[in-house]
Amino acid sequence: MAVSGVLLVLFLIVHMAGNLHVFEGREEMNAYAHGLRTFGEPLLPHESLLWVLRIGLIAAAAVHIWSAVVLTRRALAARPVRYASKKPAKGESRHAVATMRWGAAVVFLFIIWHLLDLTFRTVNPVKDVPDAYGAVVATFSPERWPVTVFYLLALFALYFHLRHGIWSAVQTISGPDTKWRKRTQAIGLAVALIVVLGFAIVPISVTFGLVS
Amino acid sequence: MKLSLRIWRQPDAQAEGKMVSYEIDEVSEDASFLEMLDVLNERLIGEGEDPVAFDHDCREGICGACSLVIDGQPHGPQAATTTCQLHMRKFKDGDKIDIEPWRAGAFPVIKDLVVDRSAFDRIIQAGGYISAPTGTAPDAHAVPIPKQDADAAFSAAACIGCGACVAACPNGSGMLFMGAKVAHLGLMPQGQPERHTRVLGMVAAHDDAGFGGCTNTGECAAACPKEIGLDVIGKLNRDFRKAAIRAA
Amino acid sequence: MSTDFYRDGEPVADAKAPAGPIAERWEKRRFSGRLVNPANRRKLRVIVVGTGLAGASAAATLGELGYRVANYCFQDSSRRAHSIAAQGGINAAKNYRNDGDSVHRLFYDTVKGGDFRSRESNVHRLAEVSTEIIDQCVAQGVPFAREYGGLLDNRSFGGAQVSRTFYARGQTGQQLLLGAYQALQRQVAAGTVDLHTRHEMLELVIVDGKARGIVVRDLVTGEISTELADAVVLATGGYGNVYFLSTNAMGCNVTAGWRAHRKGAYFANPCYTQIHPTCIPQSGEHQSKLTLMSESLRNDGRVWVPKKKGDDRHPADIPEDERDYYLERRYPAFGNLVPRDIASRAAKVVCDEGHGVGPGGLGVYLDFAAAIERLGRKAVEAKYGNLFDMYERITGENPYERPMRIYPAVHYTMGGLWVDYDLSSNIPGLFVTGEANFSDHGANRLGASALMQGLSDGYFVLPNTISDYLADGPFEAVPEDHEAVVAARRAVDDRIAFFLGNDGDRTVDSFHRELGKIMWEYCGMERTEEGLTKAIGLIRSLKDEFWRRVKVTGKNEQLNQELEKAGRVADFLELGELMCIDALHRSESCGGHFRAESQTEDGEAKRDDANFSYVAAWEYGEDAPVLHKEALEFEYVKPTQRSYK
Ligand SMILES: Cc1cc2nc3c(=O)[nH]c(=O)nc-3n(C[C@H](O)[C@H](O)[C@H](O)COP(=O)(O)OP(=O)(O)OC[C@H]3O[C@@H](n4cnc5c(N)ncnc54)[C@H](O)[C@@H]3O)c2cc1C
Ligand code: HEM
Ligand code: HEM
Ligand code: SF4
Ligand code: F3S
Ligand code: FES
Repeated sequence: MAVSGVLLVLFLIVHMAGNLHVFEGREEMNAYAHGLRTFGEPLLPHESLLWVLRIGLIAAAAVHIWSAVVLTRRALAARPVRYASKKPAKGESRHAVATMRWGAAVVFLFIIWHLLDLTFRTVNPVKDVPDAYGAVVATFSPERWPVTVFYLLALFALYFHLRHGIWSAVQTISGPDTKWRKRTQAIGLAVALIVVLGFAIVPISVTFGLVS
Repeated sequence: MKLSLRIWRQPDAQAEGKMVSYEIDEVSEDASFLEMLDVLNERLIGEGEDPVAFDHDCREGICGACSLVIDGQPHGPQAATTTCQLHMRKFKDGDKIDIEPWRAGAFPVIKDLVVDRSAFDRIIQAGGYISAPTGTAPDAHAVPIPKQDADAAFSAAACIGCGACVAACPNGSGMLFMGAKVAHLGLMPQGQPERHTRVLGMVAAHDDAGFGGCTNTGECAAACPKEIGLDVIGKLNRDFRKAAIRAA
Repeated sequence: MSTDFYRDGEPVADAKAPAGPIAERWEKRRFSGRLVNPANRRKLRVIVVGTGLAGASAAATLGELGYRVANYCFQDSSRRAHSIAAQGGINAAKNYRNDGDSVHRLFYDTVKGGDFRSRESNVHRLAEVSTEIIDQCVAQGVPFAREYGGLLDNRSFGGAQVSRTFYARGQTGQQLLLGAYQALQRQVAAGTVDLHTRHEMLELVIVDGKARGIVVRDLVTGEISTELADAVVLATGGYGNVYFLSTNAMGCNVTAGWRAHRKGAYFANPCYTQIHPTCIPQSGEHQSKLTLMSESLRNDGRVWVPKKKGDDRHPADIPEDERDYYLERRYPAFGNLVPRDIASRAAKVVCDEGHGVGPGGLGVYLDFAAAIERLGRKAVEAKYGNLFDMYERITGENPYERPMRIYPAVHYTMGGLWVDYDLSSNIPGLFVTGEANFSDHGANRLGASALMQGLSDGYFVLPNTISDYLADGPFEAVPEDHEAVVAARRAVDDRIAFFLGNDGDRTVDSFHRELGKIMWEYCGMERTEEGLTKAIGLIRSLKDEFWRRVKVTGKNEQLNQELEKAGRVADFLELGELMCIDALHRSESCGGHFRAESQTEDGEAKRDDANFSYVAAWEYGEDAPVLHKEALEFEYVKPTQRSYK
């Protein structure tokens, strides 16, 4: 869980940074997307880097989802009878209790939509694959505001997922002492904020016409 | 003061249980929570009813027997306090209080509020010790231990094995209990030779017993009456990772 | 001098302790005792009842040696035995402080502290073994307090002049017990020990004069079963709960010991009870137990009461010259640090005179104002912070601002089943260890010595002495349908059937509470002939009423906590009577037993060595108990009157 989570986080950071090319304009953004695909050519076949990344990503996602299912099933079995009365969580990662699992489900649905939208373009008006910029601008165009809202909602869920996930992964892998645990929690919070805001700025800018 | 209680009643392990309401009057605020239940039980016996069964022994916060979930919180609302040390002055006249047993598949209910926590003993059997047969010990001063290590080991060893961590954990995980023992023994030089086998054995026993996996939500530490911190879970994870790699 | 209450019997002697220089006796005995060869140990089964320090250490060690052990406790886990609650520490003659300690000094202090009512040979062995206990526990990983250099820390405890007490914050008993518990669980995993938790021993099985088994009730299912073996060890703890309110855990009881007593085991010095001076006073009728505040508080707290009777002003409003610092006044040399028995009785005296504070006038102040002024609040907090927090949780009062209220409470029972030097009772094959036996502490136990005794018995003494007995085994197998087995089971069944069938109207607790009041009033801190005689009458009629009116709900085939309590209280009622008889017959004052008739002019305890230098070993008798005396001889520590003026 933790290792796959960390890989996903790394991907997200890179992805988020890549998305910011949008602000440089169509040429740069598409060049970046093109660059990813033609990396190493002609020595390596077309899209090799992308496929290496994709396979890594798919593997990480598969492991991640599989462990999530295992953990959730174990948790359900470990508490077959629920409490009749509930109290708000009190622990160090109290928001995680309420948000991790349904948040993950939202993120999961989001990713499916997102792939259909921006990778396969099934639901995107711009079918021209090299034109990533066009696709992004089209999908978040003001008339399609529900898409933007859905993206933002997913990012909100992702924020909670990351805020807990990042320090949780560190706790699982390296087991920091109290001082470092507090620091990791702060770092997790900061990274979650940066990543999510970094993502959010794109649809918001497009929807409000700052990028067109 | 006057209270309305809702208490989990379940005649035995097989039977269906349910929450049953009781009104209780003239509760002294100097009484402990368990003494309040004693008073209720005396009344129930007088009325020919079966008194409410609950585990308790020392009534001073050290044996780890008492185990009530009060309004959804293991050991009730007061931090760092076992149920037996919780006093009624923490409640107000007219309060409605829900009382339930620890809920975990690994801790099946035996009767009413009494659960079977023998899974914890099985975790200890799987490695939660230092093998030092009687009579084989060198002089106690043979190995000095830095004070900080001894103090940290003590803080982890202060776990009373109550199981509130499991009761509080959304995943029903016993990581805090297990981590406390792994940290205690792992911090001492005597504990080193068996450090790897210990953690592998204990984790296997933990999973076999049906406890859930930890997702670091930290509810356990918040409920722990002995304030065992999440760093013991970190230590356990670290030892486990090293031991697993070594064993592989 | 038989009275109506008891008959005189033959004297008893402890024949097992070798003669010769005291420092060589234990070595000699170990050498003369027969051994069991390792291959035979597997064929020998030993029952150990109890998983406290005394029981867990014995069961683990016997398991390690290769015997087949069956171990029992009534709690849901063996880790919860009442030893877990000990706070202060454990003594050992390590002399790590170079302050003049030695085995001989620990021996000397303990014999004197016991007010010359214990056996020299036993106490010396205890002092010798004490050092090995610390080594053993450290090897197990017990996190004792350490100094910055990494070596073990010691403190002085209970007024001792040397620092020989090892401790683990305020939770020494817990850490020692966890060490023994883990050793025990290791043996459970290894298959040498069968551990049965939530099982209560209700009867002893004696076949051909030898202890051969026990009858137990599974507290979850109610199933009654028999465990048969070659020897039985009782490590079932103290019986302070006969007073209802005590510092003991709710489940502490005398049933195992009392059942053995009824089958012929002698009960020695039952009236020797330790009353601890610094406990939190009772707050009301609902109270179920009393909580000990560590004795160490007296190092910095000053004890006082208002001079004016019934003065109910806020303590801060009572000026200095209207306060009576009675310990400092009466015992200028020791002041607030006088031994437990003296401090307890002094508190009772001032409260009886009407100077007590708090509910019912049963309390005295333990004041830290001077210490806070002298050392600063920070320093006081560092030393006693968790005790202060505990006090506040229980009483709702803040001890930094208002002096604590304390009152004495029953804490430890020096009496118990009679054992010889080998820890064997007078029934062959029945051994008794820890607080359940009477040995080593005489009439008064010093702080930090019960843990020492429990572990000494379990780790080092019993495993060595029991082999001498087992060398004759394995004994002929006892069939389940042997008449002794059947009779023991029937006795258990009948008693349970009686309780469940009785058409009563009073709860078990109401009887227990009433018994406790009688015991506390007449057989508590101060005892008189008149009071004890009255108490015996009261207990007899209460016992009578108990069997007529007790009401137990539910059935046997379930977890039935009322049924458990009923059996325990039935035995307490009989024990209480014997305690009063013992206290009545011992018309001297000694240690924890203060007879008002035997005091010096200034109100101090007066021992009577000419007439009472013996152990009173009581044999059960249907009509009246029979007194067997074991004379005590003092070769190395000459009896003197204790003085703390
Ligand atoms: C609050 C407190 C503080 C103390 N502090 C100190 C201290 O600082 N230093 C010190 O030296 N001493 C101290 N003592 C005394 C000391 O803790 C005890 O005397 C000692 O631990 C007793 O150990 P034990 O093994 O004999 O009995 P226990 O620990 O009481 O164990 C008794 C065992 O017998 C079992 N049992 C009993 N009856 C039955 C039955 N019928 N069937 C089956 N099982 C049964 C129980 O389940 C339990 O496992 C303190 C005592 C108290 C109460
Ligand atoms: C398909 C969508 C996803 C699902 C179903 C999912 C599910 C989960 C679940 C169930 C957990 C366990 C934590 C808990 O329950 O409290 C978890 C943890 C975690 N997730 Fe995800 N997640 C998803 C996507 C992601 C993404 C996209 C990332 C990173 C960018 C991520 C990073 C993490 C991290 C770092 C952890 C913590 C691991 C640990 O506790 O050891 N997850 N996830
Ligand atoms: C909201 C801002 C986001 C924008 C503008 C955005 C944009 C894009 C674009 C343009 C692509 C296609 C790249 C290409 O094929 O060249 C893409 C792919 C992808 N995005 Fe996003 N994305 C956003 C957020 C997210 C989030 C939050 C996640 C995960 C939780 C995510 C996961 C993915 C994945 C898995 C792919 C497929 C990668 C691949 O093709 O290899 N994206 N995204
Ligand atoms: S870790 Fe805390 S909550 Fe868990 S068993 Fe130990 S003391 Fe109880
Ligand atoms: S609450 Fe449960 S999820 Fe882990 S951090 Fe504690 S065991
Ligand atoms: S009863 Fe022992 S901890 Fe609560």
